[in-house]
Amino acid sequence: MARFHTLFTSIEVAAPFEVPWPPPMSPPGGRVLREPRHSVWLGRLGETQVGPTHLGILAILSIVCGFIAFEIIGLNMWASVDWNLLRFIKMLPFLALEPPSAKQGLSILPPLHDGGWWLLAGFFLTTSILLWWARMYSRAVALGMGTHVAWAFASAIWLYLVLGFFRPILVGSWSEAVPFGIVPHLNWTATFSVRYGNLFYNPFHMLSIVFLYGSTMLFTMHAGTILSTARYGSERETREIVDPGSASERGSLFWRWTMGFNANFDSIHKWAYWFALLTTLTGGIGILMTGTVVDNWYLWGVEHGIAPDYAPLQPIPSAPPPGALDVKGPHLGGATASGDTVQ
Amino acid sequence: MSMMSYELKYRVRGGTLAGGDTFDFWVGPFYVGLFGVTGAISSLLGTLLIIYGASIGPTWALFKITINPPPISYGLGFAPLREGGLWQWITLCALVAFVSWALREAEICRKLGMDLHIPIGFGAAIAAYFTLVVVRPVLLGAWGYGFPYGIMSHLDWVSNTGYQYLHFHYNPAHMIAVTCFFTTTFLLAMHAGEVLSIAHPQKGQPVRYEEQESIYFRDTIVYSIGSLGIHRLGYFLALNAGIWSAICIVISGPFWSRGWPYWFDWFLSIPIWGPSGFH
Repeated sequence: MARFHTLFTSIEVAAPFEVPWPPPMSPPGGRVLREPRHSVWLGRLGETQVGPTHLGILAILSIVCGFIAFEIIGLNMWASVDWNLLRFIKMLPFLALEPPSAKQGLSILPPLHDGGWWLLAGFFLTTSILLWWARMYSRAVALGMGTHVAWAFASAIWLYLVLGFFRPILVGSWSEAVPFGIVPHLNWTATFSVRYGNLFYNPFHMLSIVFLYGSTMLFTMHAGTILSTARYGSERETREIVDPGSASERGSLFWRWTMGFNANFDSIHKWAYWFALLTTLTGGIGILMTGTVVDNWYLWGVEHGIAPDYAPLQPIPSAPPPGALDVKGPHLGGATASGDTVQ
Repeated sequence: MSMMSYELKYRVRGGTLAGGDTFDFWVGPFYVGLFGVTGAISSLLGTLLIIYGASIGPTWALFKITINPPPISYGLGFAPLREGGLWQWITLCALVAFVSWALREAEICRKLGMDLHIPIGFGAAIAAYFTLVVVRPVLLGAWGYGFPYGIMSHLDWVSNTGYQYLHFHYNPAHMIAVTCFFTTTFLLAMHAGEVLSIAHPQKGQPVRYEEQESIYFRDTIVYSIGSLGIHRLGYFLALNAGIWSAICIVISGPFWSRGWPYWFDWFLSIPIWGPSGFH
């Protein structure tokens, strides 16, 4: 029996393709894949139609730059296992293209083997991303739409640039930046947190996490509202914004009756938009302040009265122990002459 | 009365799961129902217990207040109020309040002719909380393995528990959960930005509805999942963020007690890498 499903499409309709109107060509370029195709499997979840798509000068340059960055990273990783293909596949999750060592500072042309490739890869990846941003922006303008998606993308780019560009410049060394690599970037994240006294005490990190979890919660609430009222046509959201119908009324009343307050079909997307944007916006601020304004977030928390008081377990040894650097003094190896406790 | 202009015709009786007509009414904008009553009682009691716990604690500084679970030595037994008993009662109150909230949502769904996606989605979050404070402590044999209720103290618990397994980023379920969180937020930005950019077009341009959304995403990223599909995908990923978070913590301890980096040993030692494998 035919039934309406909200989580997947059981009966796919082979309808004529949606044909885009010819928009003003900005950026220069044109539509490719002019013959769109139906994908049965994509149609189970969403639209069946794939393409046509727009290919312009920005997209081509972005893809070329992205490809160059991808090749630099991949070939460096492959070289790091002596061009042994099997080891490359085996070690791929753990291989890295590391930034320059600390002694290179902010040198723009360090030796290729000491971060030079990392800088080149970063340059091409950044160029690729910025060109892609320009593409998202100019396609929206060409289609007469608002440019909201591009600005949301810009918020993510902000965090990316803080991590790999702005913060390294502020602290004076590319070596502070993130390596390319699957496990290596996770190691960098954990080390970064420990080195600066636990990022959980960083208030902007707190905000970023709140917005990340909040975005996930909002998407559950919003998507749940749309799916559970899909039989009233709620997924046609812009129509419900312009001309609210039963779907909008039911969705609004659900939240009003549940928590005494409701958004509407327009404003829920503003809530969602700002929650998602602020995740990377606040995250970038938190990273930028780390090692520049604040060296140890735990001690910052103690100073500002948010860190709990922990009873000290041991007297903290002074480093280096008194006498350790004194060439004339007794060097007793382990114990110190001055009586400080060294654990 | 605080009613929307269209609200009166939706305020019909029935749809309750329990309690019949007894609590089938509204207070201001709020629907009550039997689960509104149980939810109000349990959340009020739980909040008061937290305030009481703060009052017998060392500080009123908001970020430092903490209600700790019992010491491990109490095992799975009851503890005195001041030694984690409060935590036990607050946990019970929280669970009753959360489940009441979900069931009340289900009743409201039934009144409004909606499907149950929202309470089921909330159920995933409740399941993650239940896993943290009940399932894992029971598997490990002591309530003391639950997390403390406090702003900084629960962050410290996350930190300490993570480092007990050396490096939690290597936990494969944690990897999946984080990926779901990031992807959900990424898709939410795209979806919300998309709807706003259609509803608020360039000056002088008309609102062109969903067809334009699909053209924009086909033009930029080849495929547009469509206005129904994006909510299916977002719902799926958001729920998986919660579900895999629960999985990643419940396997830590009960099913894997070493550092998570060691978990990947199986990958590095599968026979295909060796001399008898590929050449």
